[in-house]
Amino acid sequence: MRRTTRGRLLLAGLLALGLAVFVTAPMVGMKAVTVQDVLGNALDVTAHKIFWEIRVPRVLVSFLAGAGLGLSGMAFQAMFRNVLATPYTLGVASGASFGAALCVRAGITLDLPLFSAVTLCAFAGAMLAVGVVYGISRSRAGMSPPTLLLAGVAVSFLFSSLILFVQYTSGLTQSFRIVRWLMGSIDVLGYRPAVEIAPFVITGSLIVLALYRELDLMLLGDELSMSRGLNVDRTRKLLVLAVSLMVGGIVAVCGPIGFVGMMAPHMVRLATGADHKYLGPATFLFGGAFLTICDTMGRTLAAPAEIPVGVVTALLGGPFFLWLLLRRSGSGWWGLG
Amino acid sequence: MAGRETVIEAQRLSFRAGRRSILEGVSFHAAAGETVCIIGPNGAGKSTLLKCLAGINETSAGALTICGRPLASYSRRSLARILSYVPQAYGHELPFFVHDFVMMGRYAHIGPLSLPGKADRDAVEHAMATTGTIALADRHMATLSGGELQRVFIAAALAQQTCVMLLDEPTTFLDPKHRFEIHGLLMKISRDHGVTTVIATHDLAFALQSADRIIALKEGKLVYCGEAADMTVEATLSSMYEIPFLVLRHPATGRPIVIAEDA
Repeated sequence: MRRTTRGRLLLAGLLALGLAVFVTAPMVGMKAVTVQDVLGNALDVTAHKIFWEIRVPRVLVSFLAGAGLGLSGMAFQAMFRNVLATPYTLGVASGASFGAALCVRAGITLDLPLFSAVTLCAFAGAMLAVGVVYGISRSRAGMSPPTLLLAGVAVSFLFSSLILFVQYTSGLTQSFRIVRWLMGSIDVLGYRPAVEIAPFVITGSLIVLALYRELDLMLLGDELSMSRGLNVDRTRKLLVLAVSLMVGGIVAVCGPIGFVGMMAPHMVRLATGADHKYLGPATFLFGGAFLTICDTMGRTLAAPAEIPVGVVTALLGGPFFLWLLLRRSGSGWWGLG
Repeated sequence: MAGRETVIEAQRLSFRAGRRSILEGVSFHAAAGETVCIIGPNGAGKSTLLKCLAGINETSAGALTICGRPLASYSRRSLARILSYVPQAYGHELPFFVHDFVMMGRYAHIGPLSLPGKADRDAVEHAMATTGTIALADRHMATLSGGELQRVFIAAALAQQTCVMLLDEPTTFLDPKHRFEIHGLLMKISRDHGVTTVIATHDLAFALQSADRIIALKEGKLVYCGEAADMTVEATLSSMYEIPFLVLRHPATGRPIVIAEDA
């Protein structure tokens, strides 16, 4: 069918874009890097080092983070049947940030082979926030999406003030560390952050991608999807787990990077439609490529200074969010349903 | 209808929403291939009863058996293979194409992580042919008219290949022609496919002409339940709706036709 072909073409296109971004992004930057430098048979040892030890790990992290955030957004949008519902707007990212900030403040260190203490705390914070928002959304039958969003905003504020409190009680160095990290930045050195983030994003992504049929059904609403044979509760729990894993893992390393979770799936949806079989992989690729491009812009536009990637996405995302809000009044489908 | 296998057996079903009692001690049964109409004023509990039968609402008391097994013993998936549900009209906001939406009716038949097979494609095609929706396959749900949408929803339920189909006011917002078409379709589904259809409806003409069995509800309690032919029409309807009815007879079938009218 035509739609199938279109979906496949789009996926192929995005795969090509992803690869192109993956190859080009590490070449771009303050220090010019040539192909010889990359392969290591050139004289410029610094360039070789910059490429392999700074830029490639950074591209890896930003790609994984963007992909994970995109899929998290997509999962929440389907689960809450609302394009404005994302981990960021519903306060999950703030929850994760709070967990991480608390961890930095308390100076908890754990030397596990794969996870840092910050990651685990961020994961716990994300779960806590999801739990609160989800509890609120279930507490009253027929809760309207605007109310849900307001609940998300409230949860977000709550955790933000808790973070401020944590900062208030910390010393100057810790406080600066928290602020810098709250801006959302992919400031990595070496492969450790990529190794840390990968299991979270990959596990979460696999869960979300495997549930494509269930995500489609969730858009029908609880009653109809139940009657189609969907175990709604179990699906929600799996999705919440997947999103918390991804957001927790990403926030611990990169801080709360906003708007990717809303923009990536929505942009892709304009092209693929709501069929999650295509929407899922396409969002993964687009989210990854998008955040990598944003990060590359962040570190080159104002060079030698670096704009944190969270600032770049927020600058793009703010207007996008408004556009979405204003546009939705006209369009009837896939909205505040 | 004697001798046919009992498909639905409900005994003293009750449902409460918070402290409010919506259904109280509703008992009835239905046999394979029967058309059962649930009638009653707004707020009588028709939709609630359907949702209890569909396992969407959890009953607070009573016993419900579907195809010989207690409802609670079914998983969502296994229940969806024997019982389908067509909700009250909505669907314009669903972001799907018609064919994909009907295929979603096959969810309970498709194994996890596997793709739709030939049996699924055949079931979808058959369901769309029966409901006359093949021409709509590539249309988006948002572009359908009310009558088309209703047929697509029925097609999706039909694709589930169940022995029971529950429908919540399938013709409420339709004009006489589309209502006639949907009614014809429902009769075809129960007669030709042997599907037991349970229809909540305000359409008394349809219920009195076509139902094998009628469940009349008022304020969550049964006013009448049994074969349509045995119902004392005037008394039942008057007590249910609290207005007088004039009862005429259909010249060919002898079945009752009612008009609300001062006596």
